[in-house]
Amino acid sequence: MRERIYRNLQQKMLTLTLVVSLAPLLILGAVLYYQFENTGREMTREQIRYRAQAQAEAVDLFLKERTAILNAMADTHSFEHMVKENNLTRIFEVMNNRAGAFVDLGIIDSRGDHRAYVGPYDLLGRNYLDQPWFNEVMIKGHYKSDVYMGFRQQPHFIIAVRRHENKQSWILRATIDPIRFEEIVRSAQIGRTGDAFIVNRESVYQTRPRFEGNVLAKSTIDPQQFGGRVTVVEKTDWVGEERLYAGSWLNDNKWLLVINQQPLELMSRLFALRQTEIFIITLGVLAIVATTIFTTRLAINRLKRTDQEMVELNAQLVQSDKLAALGKMAAGVAHEINNPLAVILQKTGWMEDLLEEEAFQESENIDEFRKSIAKIEEHVERARKVVHNMLGYARKMEPRLEDVDVNDTLNQTITMLENHARINNIDIQVDLEDAIPIIASDQAQLQQVFLNLLTNAIDAIGSNGSVDVVSRQTHGKIVVTIRDDGPGLSEEALRKIFDPFYTTKDVGKGTGLGLWVSHNIIAKMGGSIHVKNNPDRGALFTVEIPIVIPEKK
Amino acid sequence: MDYFSILVVDDETDFMETLVKRLQKRNIDTVGVTSGEKAIETLAHKRFDVVILDIKMPGGMDGIETLREIKRHHPLTEVLLLTGHGSVETSIEGMKMGAFDYLLKPIKLEDLMVKLGEAFEKKDAHEQKIRKARIKELIRFPGRVFQQEKEEE
Repeated sequence: MRERIYRNLQQKMLTLTLVVSLAPLLILGAVLYYQFENTGREMTREQIRYRAQAQAEAVDLFLKERTAILNAMADTHSFEHMVKENNLTRIFEVMNNRAGAFVDLGIIDSRGDHRAYVGPYDLLGRNYLDQPWFNEVMIKGHYKSDVYMGFRQQPHFIIAVRRHENKQSWILRATIDPIRFEEIVRSAQIGRTGDAFIVNRESVYQTRPRFEGNVLAKSTIDPQQFGGRVTVVEKTDWVGEERLYAGSWLNDNKWLLVINQQPLELMSRLFALRQTEIFIITLGVLAIVATTIFTTRLAINRLKRTDQEMVELNAQLVQSDKLAALGKMAAGVAHEINNPLAVILQKTGWMEDLLEEEAFQESENIDEFRKSIAKIEEHVERARKVVHNMLGYARKMEPRLEDVDVNDTLNQTITMLENHARINNIDIQVDLEDAIPIIASDQAQLQQVFLNLLTNAIDAIGSNGSVDVVSRQTHGKIVVTIRDDGPGLSEEALRKIFDPFYTTKDVGKGTGLGLWVSHNIIAKMGGSIHVKNNPDRGALFTVEIPIVIPEKK
Repeated sequence: MDYFSILVVDDETDFMETLVKRLQKRNIDTVGVTSGEKAIETLAHKRFDVVILDIKMPGGMDGIETLREIKRHHPLTEVLLLTGHGSVETSIEGMKMGAFDYLLKPIKLEDLMVKLGEAFEKKDAHEQKIRKARIKELIRFPGRVFQQEKEEE
């Protein structure tokens, strides 16, 4: 039952401590875990939005610069001048040196004829009157095309500007290097899974995407989704992975710069951090669990031990109290027994007196009367002796203090019993440690105890055997052991042997008080007597006496 | 004196009555009472040679008090104390107060008779001394001695 209480307590302690210490840790861990992802996502969206915007601005700048230099050239040179191929070539070189990214340059007059051309294609003499862009550039003054195949069967786009001159308009047109352009666009892509490209309002790729599709192919982007300046949209891509798309319209609102990215790739560092966090928390949890189990077990074991000690201490106290109470009661009872004994003795004496009278002498039973009276008196005497002895012991309890040599006392006691032992063929072996010091104690009482124990040992053996007497000094105590090879003691005897009136001897042969008194004497000295059976045969009495060095007078 | 008289004082009635009977059987003039008060009263009317007094008498006058009273009013009467084990110290105290001796209960009549013999011898010796002194006085002052005898009775 006690075991269950301890297990219960241990479980309660364990559970409470674990819950209290782990809960905040785990809650924190969970919060951080989800925060990581959420914050990560937010950050990636912001990042990609910003990049899309910045990149769109860069592309816009690029186009603006090219348009500006075309305008500058158109404004500063006349039609006559430009139409001459040498001049055009020279201007083309200057333009490429300063701004770059021009593939070719051409002059187109108001009738749509390509009048002059410098570049890798054979476009001279072609007419663009019917081309829709022609009208637009004539009316608006500038034009940028979508990417198209055109006469040259290569995807390209052009920028054209118009100049009014002497009531005549003419167009300066240049093709932008698609490779250079794509480079600029692509510079926005990041990592293994990022991409950057441009689509027009019809969702047609204007630059080559990195993964699926090609220039002039239809993309999966729905430009409707991208309103405002910059928008970020989340979609599942062609391999089923999550992808962020940031779209930023260029200034002319005809082209949409799209940057896309698998956010997971961007957040990879965050995920690594999150893994570390989980790892640390797991370690923490394991450490907490292990230490908690360990410490609770330690605490419970200590508690068990303390409880056990308390139980033993209590038992000892109870035993001491019992003996003390018995002692007191014994004295009281003994005294009260004397009075009835006195009456009995007087009455038997009176009966004896009466039997002396003549009238009784002839009775046949006179002898029986006399014998019975004698027996009564004999047993009254026996009772009186018991009471006398017990009261005598009780009175002698206060020990005196004198210089006592324990070994000497033992030797004296053994000498007293030598003859008795020899007659019964019992051998007394003596092994006394030399260095045992002289202590402050009561010699008479100590001798009484040794006498009692030795007599018991001899009586236990009866005849033919041996008694070992050993004295040792250890840890501030003198330990005297008396061992016999008699029959040993029963379980009951081991338990009760120090109780008053307990004796294993025949009726009338022992008072049962010897060991009780010896125990009390030694206890009053601050020592103890223990008994146990030897492993082979016989009993072993151990007397421990604390060493008290006599004061120098 | 040709005969002697004994007063037994003990609250244990069975004991006291039996002891009285046994002493009377031996031709000793014996009276028994069960308390210290009754003892003092009895002593006022009759002279006793020895008082056998139980030390422990609960209720009323105890042994020591009774002893004191006896010795105050009847200094020539010897007192023998009967005591149980627990009151030996009291008995020794009693002897300092003038008790002749003490016996431990339960007593044997033989032991008691020995003590009584000693008590009577002591009394006898004491009385002989007084007698001798009186005779001396008588020779010197005849009238005054008779006066003293009357007072003592």
